[in-house]
Amino acid sequence: MSLIFSFIPYIKRLIVLILILFGLAVGFILSKALFDLSIYSNAVFDFMIDKSSYNVAYFSSSLIGALGIISFIGLVLLVGSWVERRMIAKFQIRVGPNRVGIFGLLQPIADAIKLMQKEVLVPAVADKLLFFIAPVAIFIPAILAWAPIPWGPNMTYLNINIGILYIFAVSSLTVPIIFFAGWSSMNHYALLGSMRTVAMMVSYEIPISLSLLSVVIITGTLNLTEIVLWQSSNSIWLGLLIPFSLFTFFFSSTAEINRTPNDIAEAESEIVAGYHIEYSGMKAGLFMAVELGNAVLLGALVTSLFLNGWFLFGLENYIPPYIIFIAKTVAIYIVLIWLRATLPRFRLDQLMNFAWKMLIPVSIINFFMIAIETTIITNLDSSKYIIYLFAIINIAVFVGLIILWSKIFKIDKFSPEKIAPIFAQKIGGIKAMEGTKSVD
Amino acid sequence: MTVQENYELNIGPQHPSTHGVFRIKVSMNGETIEDLDMIVGYLHRSMEKLSEERTYTQNIPFTDRADYLAAMSNNLGYCLAIEKLANVIPPQRATVLRVIFAELQRIASHAMANGTLVSDAGAWQTPLLYMFREREKILDLFEMTCGARLTTNYMRIGGVAFEPPAEFYPLLNDLLGELPDKIDEYMDLLSTNEIFIARTKNVGIINPKDAINASLSGPALRGSGVPWDLRKADPYCDYDNYDFDVPLGLIGDSYDRFMVRMFEVKESVKIIKQALNNLPLGMHKTQIPLALRPEPGQLYFRTEGPRGELGYFVVSDGGPAPYRLHIRPPSLINLSLLKQLAIGSSLPDAIVTLGSIDIVVGEIDR
Repeated sequence: MSLIFSFIPYIKRLIVLILILFGLAVGFILSKALFDLSIYSNAVFDFMIDKSSYNVAYFSSSLIGALGIISFIGLVLLVGSWVERRMIAKFQIRVGPNRVGIFGLLQPIADAIKLMQKEVLVPAVADKLLFFIAPVAIFIPAILAWAPIPWGPNMTYLNINIGILYIFAVSSLTVPIIFFAGWSSMNHYALLGSMRTVAMMVSYEIPISLSLLSVVIITGTLNLTEIVLWQSSNSIWLGLLIPFSLFTFFFSSTAEINRTPNDIAEAESEIVAGYHIEYSGMKAGLFMAVELGNAVLLGALVTSLFLNGWFLFGLENYIPPYIIFIAKTVAIYIVLIWLRATLPRFRLDQLMNFAWKMLIPVSIINFFMIAIETTIITNLDSSKYIIYLFAIINIAVFVGLIILWSKIFKIDKFSPEKIAPIFAQKIGGIKAMEGTKSVD
Repeated sequence: MTVQENYELNIGPQHPSTHGVFRIKVSMNGETIEDLDMIVGYLHRSMEKLSEERTYTQNIPFTDRADYLAAMSNNLGYCLAIEKLANVIPPQRATVLRVIFAELQRIASHAMANGTLVSDAGAWQTPLLYMFREREKILDLFEMTCGARLTTNYMRIGGVAFEPPAEFYPLLNDLLGELPDKIDEYMDLLSTNEIFIARTKNVGIINPKDAINASLSGPALRGSGVPWDLRKADPYCDYDNYDFDVPLGLIGDSYDRFMVRMFEVKESVKIIKQALNNLPLGMHKTQIPLALRPEPGQLYFRTEGPRGELGYFVVSDGGPAPYRLHIRPPSLINLSLLKQLAIGSSLPDAIVTLGSIDIVVGEIDR
């Protein structure tokens, strides 16, 4: 009997396997119907334009797309927090949430229900209006920034020519809102957190914009869709062609969205929760949700700017392109979780020094280098091979810079032999001294 | 016209980095600490006064609760003090068992101290939980020996309470076999981590003169390079028969205190291995009268706890209860230097310094 039931410990893995197979089967069947989601929006437009005016048809079809993106963000907020908690638990040799639903999948919903039930405390001395507005308003840029993301060939919700500029402008809106939250709380921890955020964002927007400018000059466009198409037409990922820009963008963005190792704005061990320390209940939950959403947004941006968007070696012809896009986004998000589970935190002044003394000068040098390369590429006919050459050069320069940097800052002086403690035997040892012995 | 003035920040009593209910009132100018005031006493349980109403044996559980992260070491110090006062001589087997358990407790306590230090530096609890992996095994050993994990109440006047069970020794040997590798793993992950070095190197430097003047002890003193370990300098429990070394820091910063603890764990493993090899057969406890009545007199006895010099000052008036029992908590004395270290530094540095000094509030307030 026991042999028959010996599969029970593996039943979870069995279920996962069945679910994966089922998902693959369903995905194969649906992949033709759901290959390009834009046809549904267009169908609504065609249907409505017969019935009513152009404006109504345009509005109703765009509403479909907006609903799609917003429901995707909602799904990300639910599943993402589960993924993050489970993965960090695995990193930390813990189990993680596994009680609510199978594998604890319903844990985010339970959390949300719990947070909604809690009382929202407002400090007596708080600025009531700003205190109320901040958690609501912080959602606006977090959702608006998703608009120009290119999901697939025809699946860009807001296909504007100034896509990068738009994202840059919208994401900057979070700075005053975080400052509202911190200042209106009338709490010194919150004020410290928001001042840190403002200082950090003002500093780190410069390396971010410099790294994005490199992308813009090499592709010659601000449109995210065209940046993706440029990468596929030249068959190279921009992350390989300009690795330093990718590094700068990624590292600086972790500072912008308060992720480890740059989460000093809400450093738990120092200023407890930073700007949202006074928020309780679902308002605190909103701040946390926005942080998670921003982390996934960073994944989407890195994917479309540096990782060739929905293209993956011809695989985009067989499975829906947006699935590839989401997979790349999730991969970047998992890198962020990995960093969070691994690294300690920088200090504010160290972060500022790094931005102003290291990232910004080197970004400017990198920018000029790429400008020269772009001039050569545009003036040559056989541009494809020269791009590969430049990619190798850039990677070599990137590695060289890291080595040079470690030489300048003498990281090798922290070799284990030189930092290990000495031992008392070496300096004569400790003898039992008569004068110090405790007397009866 | 604007007036610039410092603002006050209350770190604690409820704060993730104060390691208990301990409060620091900080006067800050921007991110710089201009002045600070340490307020202790939130965990005061009047142990010293209560112990005057109880017999000497009944006082042992109080010492568990003084330094709740090093209950074995506290038991040991108290029992040795009373034994010396009452002229009780424990059997040889009990002495060796005491050494084994005190050193296991030192490993557990150092794992906790270093884990929380890295957590204070901002690593999201991962190193803490890694170090808990070994600490859990030690606590399991405690549990199978005396039934408790944290407040062990294991040492007795004249020996130890219980003989370890038979399955204790193979598990201990497994643990001793894998501990040095695990320590090397932590060293690989942390001691050469660029961010961790940036956060702890040259932060909270205590120079040897200040350390001696402030009467520091334990890793906080040895981190500054002062060779002082009571196990060597004033041996008890036959520590002078064991072959071990005392690691010393180079410049006395938070990083050195971290490394000294790491290397002390390795030395503790060496001590436990020797103790296991020389474990004599015999009784684990001598018979003492139910109500021990030492001769009138007074005595100060000190041992090397995980946090430093743990002293017990006992006054006997010939009765069954101590006339006066005073505990010298190493955490409180070590903490006294925080003000000097923190003023002028930034808030994150002060937090890391506090973490590297390694306080236990139960011991400070008693």
